[in-house]
Amino acid sequence: MTGAQEHLDPALRVEALISLLVEQGLIDQAAIDDLIKTYEQSIGPMNGAKVVARAWTDPEYRERLLADGTAAIAELGFNGQQGEHIVVLENTPTVHHVVVCTLCSCYPWPVLGLPPSWYKDPAYRSGIVREPRKVLAQLGLELAEGTDIRVFDSSSEVRYMVLPERPAGTEHLSEEDLATLVTRDSMVGVAKVSAP
Amino acid sequence: MTGQGGRADTAYLLDSAGPAAPPRNNGELVFAAPWESQAFGLVVALADSGRIDWEDFRQYLIADIAAWESSHDLGDERSYYRCWLTAFERLAGQHGLVDADDLEGRAQTLRHDGQRGTAHRA
Repeated sequence: MTGAQEHLDPALRVEALISLLVEQGLIDQAAIDDLIKTYEQSIGPMNGAKVVARAWTDPEYRERLLADGTAAIAELGFNGQQGEHIVVLENTPTVHHVVVCTLCSCYPWPVLGLPPSWYKDPAYRSGIVREPRKVLAQLGLELAEGTDIRVFDSSSEVRYMVLPERPAGTEHLSEEDLATLVTRDSMVGVAKVSAP
Repeated sequence: MTGQGGRADTAYLLDSAGPAAPPRNNGELVFAAPWESQAFGLVVALADSGRIDWEDFRQYLIADIAAWESSHDLGDERSYYRCWLTAFERLAGQHGLVDADDLEGRAQTLRHDGQRGTAHRA
């Protein structure tokens, strides 16, 4: 069968292989996910965190990032493999953005790494659109009354990343130190960044 | 496998240099897309549980990487995990784990499901 499946999308081939092996009881998805979690560390939220920390410390970079996310992110050496555009949404004390992919699990993985399991969960995908305030509270983020919550739906063409607010009390921190504070969840918009 | 099982053993078995070594950044594994990590996890999990022999897979992988390199120009970007996937498909076929026709059929079914429902695969 050398190369017999080469005409198929590799993502589809992997999905098909896993589903057939699961049916035979040779493997389970949780074991695969556990292994990936263990091994997958380098490409990940660290890329996005560096982007956020740069935007917090360099106002001109921040402007470029909000005007053209893909280009500004590429300045730091992070590129999408599939040519998708990354649009960056800035959170402020009055406007809170949160990102979802209602159809499947489109995700800005060049900057955020692999999507967390809840991102693919139908409860999150439909709930965050219908009742964003409630779903955010369930995820541990209580937003002040009157905060304007905006939900952005990612697609295969446009992937969104949130630029979280810089927490108060971090004025003395270096860009490098700031990057260590930025979590994946804050860049999806389901959490805020806390000062150390 | 060293007989003790577990993840550390498999990690140790991964080549750190040479043609079969996976892409790394500062020592950590790098995946360019979610399917790459799934393909990685799939094979390592099967090796971990003893369903396939790691060294066996490694030989398939080395052969597929060599085949890829002989059929592409030097400047072409090599996709390590495409070779990885092809190697596993060959191993799975030859060891009777997954039949090629079954795989083709399942992939087509998933594609049609995807086109009907979830229009864009991440």
